[in-house]
Amino acid sequence: MRSRINDFAIKLANVNGTGSASANSLIMQAIFRMGVPVSGKNLFPSNIQGLPTWYEIRVNPKGYTARALDYDLMVAMNAQTYARDIKEVRTGSYVLYDSSWPLDADLHRDDVTFIGVPLARLCNENFKEVRERILMKNIATAGALIELLNIDADVVAHLLEEKYGKKKGLRESNVKALKLGGDYIRENYAFPLPFHLETMHANDDKILIDGNTATALGCIYGGATVAAWYPITPATSVMDNFKAFADKYRKDPETGASNYMFLQAEDELAAIGMVIGASWNGARAFTSTAGPGVSLMNELLGLAYYAEIPAVVIDVQRVGPSTGMPTRTQQGDILECAYASHGDTKHILLFPSSPAECFEMAPQCFDLSEQFQTPVFLLSDLDIGMNDWVTPKLKWDDSYVPNRGKVLTAEQLEKMNKFFRYLPEEGTAVPARTLPGVHSKGAFFTRGSGHNKFGGYTEVPDEYQEVMDRLLAKHKEAAGYVPPAIIERRAGAKVGMITIGGCEPAVREALDILDEMGRPMDFMRIRAFPFTAEVEAFLEEHDYCYVVEQNRDGHLCSLLTLETPVAKDKIRPVLVYSGFPLSAKNVLDILAVNVEELNAIYR
Amino acid sequence: MPSIVKPLVAHPSLAKNALGLTIRDYEGQMSTLCAGCGHDSITAAIVKALWELSTPPHRLAKLSGIGCSSKTPTYFVNGAHGFNSAHGRMPAIATGANAANRELTYVGVSGDGDSLSIGIGHLCHAIRRNLNMLYVIENNGVYGLTKGQFSASTDVGSKSKKGEANKMSPIDPIQLALSIGATFVARSFSGDKAQLVPILKAAIAHRGFALVDVISPCVTFNDHEGSTKSYKYTRGATHAATESDFVPPASEIVANIGPAGSTSIRMHDGSVLQFTRVPDNYDVTDRGAAMKYLREHPGQIATGVLFADEGIPDMHEMAGSPAGALVNVPFEKLCPGSSALESLMANFR
Repeated sequence: MRSRINDFAIKLANVNGTGSASANSLIMQAIFRMGVPVSGKNLFPSNIQGLPTWYEIRVNPKGYTARALDYDLMVAMNAQTYARDIKEVRTGSYVLYDSSWPLDADLHRDDVTFIGVPLARLCNENFKEVRERILMKNIATAGALIELLNIDADVVAHLLEEKYGKKKGLRESNVKALKLGGDYIRENYAFPLPFHLETMHANDDKILIDGNTATALGCIYGGATVAAWYPITPATSVMDNFKAFADKYRKDPETGASNYMFLQAEDELAAIGMVIGASWNGARAFTSTAGPGVSLMNELLGLAYYAEIPAVVIDVQRVGPSTGMPTRTQQGDILECAYASHGDTKHILLFPSSPAECFEMAPQCFDLSEQFQTPVFLLSDLDIGMNDWVTPKLKWDDSYVPNRGKVLTAEQLEKMNKFFRYLPEEGTAVPARTLPGVHSKGAFFTRGSGHNKFGGYTEVPDEYQEVMDRLLAKHKEAAGYVPPAIIERRAGAKVGMITIGGCEPAVREALDILDEMGRPMDFMRIRAFPFTAEVEAFLEEHDYCYVVEQNRDGHLCSLLTLETPVAKDKIRPVLVYSGFPLSAKNVLDILAVNVEELNAIYR
Repeated sequence: MPSIVKPLVAHPSLAKNALGLTIRDYEGQMSTLCAGCGHDSITAAIVKALWELSTPPHRLAKLSGIGCSSKTPTYFVNGAHGFNSAHGRMPAIATGANAANRELTYVGVSGDGDSLSIGIGHLCHAIRRNLNMLYVIENNGVYGLTKGQFSASTDVGSKSKKGEANKMSPIDPIQLALSIGATFVARSFSGDKAQLVPILKAAIAHRGFALVDVISPCVTFNDHEGSTKSYKYTRGATHAATESDFVPPASEIVANIGPAGSTSIRMHDGSVLQFTRVPDNYDVTDRGAAMKYLREHPGQIATGVLFADEGIPDMHEMAGSPAGALVNVPFEKLCPGSSALESLMANFR
């Protein structure tokens, strides 16, 4: 039997708005501090109070932290969902439930161990206020889990000290509630469970952070000064965090002035308009949104593309189409963003796979957007953006200098005979731009209507087409500057597995399992569009490639087929799009459908 | 938009402003609008106002949306950056532009379709933010570029060129703006340059958002019998509610005070705007009175500065921005650096 130390998954079923989130993060954070690789996935409803919500925690000594789908312990705290929660755990696992009330006989399973703790009764007997009784029930549950899973009590005590240091009353309530749950386990059950935690040192140089916080910090470090947005799940916390960091880091020490402008727009049409206006004036400006917002922004994204104005769009993708499922994750905006707006348009996209990469790529978005004078998208998603990930400590290189692109100064303009906005120098498709307020020789008319290379209005076919052709060349030129794909090869690999964004942990785990099964495959994670040279080479050198992504229509598959010479029959879509973060099991299940093809190639 | 290049020869006897520039230095490309279009008169008034104010051309930003009116920024101040954006979105673009650089003078030109239909939301929110800009609505009550559809400012009963009468209630930008806290509202008539130029100058000097609604007849699609925005109708129906005389801060304040009870307003930049109350009890600083006056005079086009309040902070003042442009804040002040990041990391353990 394999060791169950630091290798299991638990699922906590709760009602949202009852304070379960803070108990969940207490456990998650304690495990992180014990140095054990861990992930927490919040599967929550689009609702503030009263609906079912789940939280999954997976620990794994090798660092596999994608969703498990196999649960060793179900913490069933929501009577509304008892039936499906109890049904979901596998044979030999455990169910922790509130035994203040007897469990219905028809919920019973012989192949599962039930651990009843009268949590509501204990809290009712020990706390007076109704609200406190509800909140502390979650903490008492955590107390039970500390014993069952062997979570380091000192670590938990430290966490409570840090969190409630100054709020003595709250801390005492928490300590009391933890003890209620813990004592009950110690007095009534064998503990810890066969699977449990032991201290490791895998997290020494790591942090626990969500992608939206990291993105916001990246925008601060990248020098963004204008943030314009319209509230939308799951992108809201990008701006909440940007504002909080800006208040911390952007107050002028001498004058107290705010070295940023935070604009909550009337809608996404305005939000992107503000970004474009600010970028036109030379500021680093960005918006954060989700798919429905990008749909609205399409109009002005075309303007920014055609008039060649920088704009950074953070798209934290959620489930579409339409309102879809706002609190569920997907990668369904790839094609929409790649070709956003009517007419011939093509944009630069970056695909982070983790919070650390969100932080790294945010300044790159500003650099690329200014270098190529065009919109750039950071395509994050709800899983990366809103879940806490164990990620390497964020690092900043103080030698970083923002790439502001070709912007002419007053002195340069003074020396020029005449400035033409859309006339690049030899060897590049990117022309120089000028900023308002600098010099009247730099003045020109920015327009979304037909224009020639001199910046003048045109309806002349050749003049129009010349500019459009250069815009295409400019997009191609960007391929030399975007982050390259990550490629990892395995001995004996015959096919490739390509993926994108937050699918990475699940895909890596799947590849390790496949390797053990004698099916080694090469790995490539695409990090940007336009595709870099090695993407084409990778497609070329494999008989075929699986493409793992989280949408129904195979956006990345389509983009690869459209934008590289790869034959369509060399692409095998592996599509998982029901809204929850990806698991290695999802990938393997899809591969198993066509196992004969796989067997044939590895025979 | 198509434009025709104008010869740039200035007559040596032309008067010069404080910057030593003649009015020709504030002109733009030749207009391609229909001959006799009211918008061209407004362009001429804008040119005169900016020249008289001695605004350095390169420190001006001209913005517009889409439509006949939105073509006009090409026709004034060649030396200024212009932005002909998308239909209705100019207030949003202007908000971002101003956020990035508060030091420039912002002039936005829009029309009734741009401002009162597709972009009405953006207009309203730019007003709420008290974005510091001059916002001109060239209001002709018709969609000209698409050949004559009713706009949201078409009066009930006003007839299209084909003789069809509008049945829907119009949106009055002045009353709309007053109701949502606009800090400067004025109305004028494209054919009355003597009134329009001082209004525009006051609007540019205003601390915050200055809405100037200019009735501007469309000679091609809305200048016929039965239209309430024709030259003939407008000339008969406008009446000056107030007269304004703008005195720049650098000049001596000329005593041109009207009858007793007239009001002077000191503009944010120190200049003084003088109002002669035509009706005895009209007070341009009283929002409620202005709204009451407009309600009680339906069918009349009250012109002049109808309301002004210099006491409301603009967008940057509300946000606590630095005194200079955000674009000029050096990167070193924007990026907290590696050691700040290193210590922040403790919060994520």
